[in-house]
Amino acid sequence: MTPQQQIQRVPALPSSSRLIGTLGVIAMLSGFLVVLVYEYTRPFILENRREAIERAVFQVVPGATDHRDFVVNNEEIFPADSGRNGTLLYAAYNTAGELEGIAAGAAAQGYADTIQLLFGYEPDCECITGFSVLQMAETPGLGDRILTDEGFLSNFNDPGLDARLEPNRKELANPIVTVKHGTKEQPWEIDAVSGATVTSKAVGKALNNAAQELLPKLSPHLDELRRGEESQRHEIAGDANG
Amino acid sequence: MAIDLKKNESITADTFLSGLWRENPVFVMLLGMCPVLAVSNSVINALAMGLATTFVLLASSGLVSLLRSFIPKQVRIASYIVIIATFVTIVDYVIQAISLDLYNQLGAFIQLIVANCMILGRAEAFASKQRLGKTLVNSLGQGAGFTFALLCLGSVRELLGNGTLLGIDLFGANFEPWVVMILPPGGFFVLGGWLLLFNWMRERKARKLRETEDAEVAHA
Amino acid sequence: MPDSLSFIFLNAFIINNFVLALFLGICPFLGVSGKLQTAWSMGLATALVMLISSVSAYVINSLLVEFGLEFLRLICYIAVIASAVQLVEMAMKKFSPTLFRALGIFLPLITTNCAILGLALFQTFNEYNFLQSVVYSLGAGAGFMLAIVLMAGLREKLELAEVPSISQGAAMSLMLAGILSLSFMGFAGLGG
Repeated sequence: MTPQQQIQRVPALPSSSRLIGTLGVIAMLSGFLVVLVYEYTRPFILENRREAIERAVFQVVPGATDHRDFVVNNEEIFPADSGRNGTLLYAAYNTAGELEGIAAGAAAQGYADTIQLLFGYEPDCECITGFSVLQMAETPGLGDRILTDEGFLSNFNDPGLDARLEPNRKELANPIVTVKHGTKEQPWEIDAVSGATVTSKAVGKALNNAAQELLPKLSPHLDELRRGEESQRHEIAGDANG
Repeated sequence: MAIDLKKNESITADTFLSGLWRENPVFVMLLGMCPVLAVSNSVINALAMGLATTFVLLASSGLVSLLRSFIPKQVRIASYIVIIATFVTIVDYVIQAISLDLYNQLGAFIQLIVANCMILGRAEAFASKQRLGKTLVNSLGQGAGFTFALLCLGSVRELLGNGTLLGIDLFGANFEPWVVMILPPGGFFVLGGWLLLFNWMRERKARKLRETEDAEVAHA
Repeated sequence: MPDSLSFIFLNAFIINNFVLALFLGICPFLGVSGKLQTAWSMGLATALVMLISSVSAYVINSLLVEFGLEFLRLICYIAVIASAVQLVEMAMKKFSPTLFRALGIFLPLITTNCAILGLALFQTFNEYNFLQSVVYSLGAGAGFMLAIVLMAGLREKLELAEVPSISQGAAMSLMLAGILSLSFMGFAGLGG
C-alpha cells in the first residue's frame, strides 16, 4: 500500500470552491457520458419505435405494405412531418398503391394504467377492423386476454365494428360501447371478455373517443387519401401552400 | 452490520460469495425491495432487471472507488447520486435501443434503479473505502445475489401464475394458473414464502448445531 | 374522465396505491411500520415531501422540455428531490422545532424512497399539468399514509399473537402486506 492511499481524505474542511468544483467536475463527467450514450443510441431507439409503429399499422390494416403519416385538423390535412398540430393518422396502402385503411391511436384508462391502442379503420365499410396494443400494464392472464380471446377479436371481424357517421358527418351514428359478455346485439357493440370487463370497457371507451374525434375530421379528406401517391402528394403540398 | 470493514486488501472468494448468500441484498439485508417485487412477475423481466441493476452497481461503484480520494466527504452523497443517475440513464437508453417491448414491460422501474438503496449503500459502505479490484468483485457478487433473488421470485411467480417458465408451457392445458401470483399480492406472498423457507433452514441448522454440541458435552 | 381531478386523486389514493399496487416505497413501509405513532409521522413526512417534489419536478420538467434536454431528466429529478428534502429539513428545524422533532429523523430516509422519484416520473409520463400534478401528489401521499398506518395497526395487534418463530419479522410483514394488497385490488374497477 502506498502512502498516498493511506491518506484517504484531507482532514480539514475543504473550501467551498473545492466542494463546488468537485460537484462541477462530476456533473460534467456525467453529462458527457449521458450525451454520448444518448447520441449513440438515438438512431436505434427511433428505428425501434418506427418499426413498432409499422408492425402495429400493418397488423391492424391487413394487406397493407406501405404507410404514410398525416395530421388532420378541423379543416385540412397535412403530412405528419410538416410540423402542424392535429390528430395523427397513418394511411396504409397495399402493393398496388390503393388505400387499404387508416390507422390511428386511441387511449383510455384500463385496469392498471392507461392503455394505448392503435386501431384500423376501413373507409369503405366505415368500420373498425382491428386494434393493436402499443402500451399497457394490464394483468397478464386476465386483462391481456383482449389480445388473444377469440370471442373478443371476432368483434372486429366480418365486417368489423360499426363506426358509421351521422349523415351530417359530425359524429358517430351509434357510439361504440362495450357490453357484458354474451349480450352483444348491435354491430357497434363490443362483446366484453368475461373476467376482463374493465380492460374490455377501456378498449371500447378508447375506440369511441378516438373515432368521435378523428372520423368527422377525416371524412372530407378520404378521397384525397384514396387517390394515388403522386397526385396526392402534390395536392396536399398545394393545400398547405394555399 | 455485516459489512466488512477490515483493512484487508486481498480479494478472496468471500468478497464475491458474501453478496450471493450471507449478505444477500434481498433475502438478508432486505434492500431494493421495490423492483424485486414489482418486476418479478416473469423470469425474463426478472433477469433483465437483475442484469440492469448489476451493471449500474458495477459501473457506479467502480467509478466511486476510482474517485474515492478526489471526492470530499461533505459532498459525497450528492456525488454518488449523480454518478448512479448517470449510469441509470445510460441503461435506460441502452434497453430502449435493444428492445422496446422489454422496456415497456419494465416501465418506470428502470429509472427507479436510482432509488435502489442497495446501490447507494454499496457506494457509501464499500466502494468509497476499497480499491477498484476488490470493489468490482464485491459489486459483482452483490449484483449476482440480487439477480439470484429476482430469479427466485420470478420463476415461482411465472410458474404458478402462468404455468410457464421462460415462456415455455410446463403444465399443459389443464393447469389453471394462480393468477394472483403475477398480481401485486403475489409478489408479497412469494417473497414472504422464500423468507419463511430461509428462516426455517437457518433455524434447523442452529438446532442441529446445538444438538451436536449437547451430544459432545454429554459425551465428555 | 381519466384526466378529471377527482379521478386522479382516487387513482393515486387507492386504485393504484403506491405501496400496495405499484410497489413503491416498500423499504419505509416495512421498516417504519412497527408502531402506529411513528407510522403516522412517517406518512405525514412522506406526504409533505411528495407535495414539494411534485411541484419542483413539474417546474424542472417544464424547463428541461423548454431547452430540449429531456435526457437529463432523471439526474435533475434526483438532485432536486435530494436538495428539496434538505431544505425542508433546515426550514423545519428553524421555524417549527416541534414538527422537526416529530418528523425530522424520517426526512433523510425519504430521499432514497422510490415513491418520491416514482411520483415525479409518473406525473411526467402522464403529462399532467400543474394542478393535476399537485392533486396526484396529494393522492399518492394520502395513499402512502393509509397503507403504512393500516400496516402499523395490524402489526401492533400481532405483536401479542403467538406465531411460529420462523415467521417472525419480515416474513410475516410481507404476508400481511400481501393480504392488504389483495384487499386493495377490490378498488381496481373504480376507474373503469
